[in-house]
Amino acid sequence: MNAISVQNLGKSYGDTRAVDGIDFEVPAGHTLGLLGGNGAGKTTTIAMLLGLLVPSQGRIRILGHDMATDRFAALARMNFSSPYVSLPHRLTVRENLVVYGHLYNVCQVERRIAALAAQLDLEALLDRPAGDLSTGQKTRVALAKSLINRPDVLLLDEPTASLDPDTGDLVRGWLERYQADSGCTILLASHNMAEVERLCSDVLMLKRGRVVDRGTPGELLTRYGRDDLEQVFLDIARDRQATATEEPAL
Amino acid sequence: MTASLRRIWGLMYRHIALFRRSWPRLVELAYWPVLQMCIWGFTASFMATRAGSPAALAGGALIGGVLLWEVSLRSQMGMSITFLEEIWSRNLGHVFVSPLRPAELVAALIGMSFLRMMCGVIPAALLAWALYAFNLFALGPILVLFFVNLMVMGWAVALAVVSLILRHGAGAEALAWSVLFGLTPFAAVFYPVSVLPAFLQPIAFIVPASHVFEGMRAALLNGHIAWNELGWALAMNVIWLIGASLIFRQQFQVARTRGALLSIGE
Repeated sequence: MNAISVQNLGKSYGDTRAVDGIDFEVPAGHTLGLLGGNGAGKTTTIAMLLGLLVPSQGRIRILGHDMATDRFAALARMNFSSPYVSLPHRLTVRENLVVYGHLYNVCQVERRIAALAAQLDLEALLDRPAGDLSTGQKTRVALAKSLINRPDVLLLDEPTASLDPDTGDLVRGWLERYQADSGCTILLASHNMAEVERLCSDVLMLKRGRVVDRGTPGELLTRYGRDDLEQVFLDIARDRQATATEEPAL
Repeated sequence: MTASLRRIWGLMYRHIALFRRSWPRLVELAYWPVLQMCIWGFTASFMATRAGSPAALAGGALIGGVLLWEVSLRSQMGMSITFLEEIWSRNLGHVFVSPLRPAELVAALIGMSFLRMMCGVIPAALLAWALYAFNLFALGPILVLFFVNLMVMGWAVALAVVSLILRHGAGAEALAWSVLFGLTPFAAVFYPVSVLPAFLQPIAFIVPASHVFEGMRAALLNGHIAWNELGWALAMNVIWLIGASLIFRQQFQVARTRGALLSIGE
C-alpha cells in the first residue's frame, strides 16, 4: 500500500510554474528523498503535501485521505520538521512538547515526552527555554516535536542543515531506528547527498518544478556512472545526460 | 476532553505558558486600562467637584464608559496580538500543519482574548471602586449582557484584523492596535449618539458598542434597562460576526492558495 500518492501535482504563481505536473508514490515504510537545487520545487511540494499550500492542479492522497477534502484526518497521523520553522523560544522544551502533545491529541503526553527525552538525549534540556539551546539541541527538540504523535508519515525539510557531522549522524541514526521500530514512511528533502544515500530507498530528482529522474540511489549511480549522489546531483543540475560516463566538462 | 477541546486547550496553554515566563507581558495587559482609568477617573472627579450633582452622574457615566470600552478594546487586541505572537515566534508553520482546524484556532484566540481582557479590566474596575467609589457591578446582571456584546464586537473586529494579516502579512499588524480607536467616535462611549451630526448617526447605529453605551447611560442616569438598545447591539453583533467569519474563511483559503502561510512573518 502507498502511504503517499501524488498525481499530476502542480503549482503556479502567475506565469511561474513552481511545480509542474509531478507524479510519485511512496510505499508504506519507505523513505523517499526529494533532491534538487534551490528553486527546484522541493519546499513547494512539501508545503502542498502538508496542506499549507493549495495545488493549482493534481491530487494528493496520504494514508488514504484526499488532502483536498480530508486533510485533517491525514495531518493527525503526520508530522513535520524543518530547521526553518521555530518553536516558541520563551517556552521550555517540556512546555513546547506538551503544546504539541495536545494539538496532536497524544495520550499520556508526559509519558510520551519522557520516552522521547530518553531516546533523543533531551532529559537535561526539558526545563530549559527552547531559545537558550544550541542549534544541535534545537534540532533534537524539533525532531522530538515531529515524533510526539508517533507519525505514520514524517516530512523532513533538511533535518540536519547546519548541524555538525557528529550531531547530524546521531539524528540520522535516530530516524533510522524510529522507522525500523514504527514502519513510518518518510519524505526527506535534503541537500546532503550522503544523508540521502544513507536514509532513502528511492530518490526523486527535481529541476525547475519537474521530475527529471528517479530511482534508488544505486540505480542513479549506475545510470550516471558516478560514485556518489553528489556527482549525480551536479550532472543533473548542469544538464549532463544520464549514461554520461565520460569526465564531466569543466 | 474531546480531541477538539484538547487542541483548543493546547494552543491556549502555549500562550498561558508564555505569560508565566514573561511578567512584562502580564504587566502590559493591565497597564493601559489602569492608566486610562486614572486619567478619566480624576477628570470625572474634578468635573463633579466643580459642577455638583449632575456632573457627578455624568462623571459616573464617563468612568463606566471608559471601563466598558476597555472590554471591547482588550478583547480585540487580545485576540489579534495572540495571533501575532505566533507570527513573531515563527511558530505558525507548525500550528497550521497540525490537525488544528481554523475554527479551533479562532476558538483558542477567543479564549485567550477573554483571559487577557479580564487581566486588564478587573484591575481597572477595582481601581475605579477604590479611588472614585464607582462600582461597575452596581449595574446588576445587565452588566453581563453589556460585557458579552462588547466582547463579541471586539472578537468580530479582531477576526477581520487576523484576516488582513493572513492576506497582507505582518505589514497589517499595526491594525491590531489601532483599528478600534477609529471606531471610537461612533461608539458613543463618552457621549450619546444624539450629539453626533445627523449624517453620522447611521454609522453609529451599525456599531454594536453604541447601543451598549446608550443602554449603560440609561441604566446609570435613568435607572432603567433599555432592552431595545441591547437587542440592536445583539443583532449588529450577529451581523458583524457572520461578516468577519466569512472574511476570515475566505482570506484563509486565499492565503493557502497564494502561499502566504509560508511567508506570513515577512
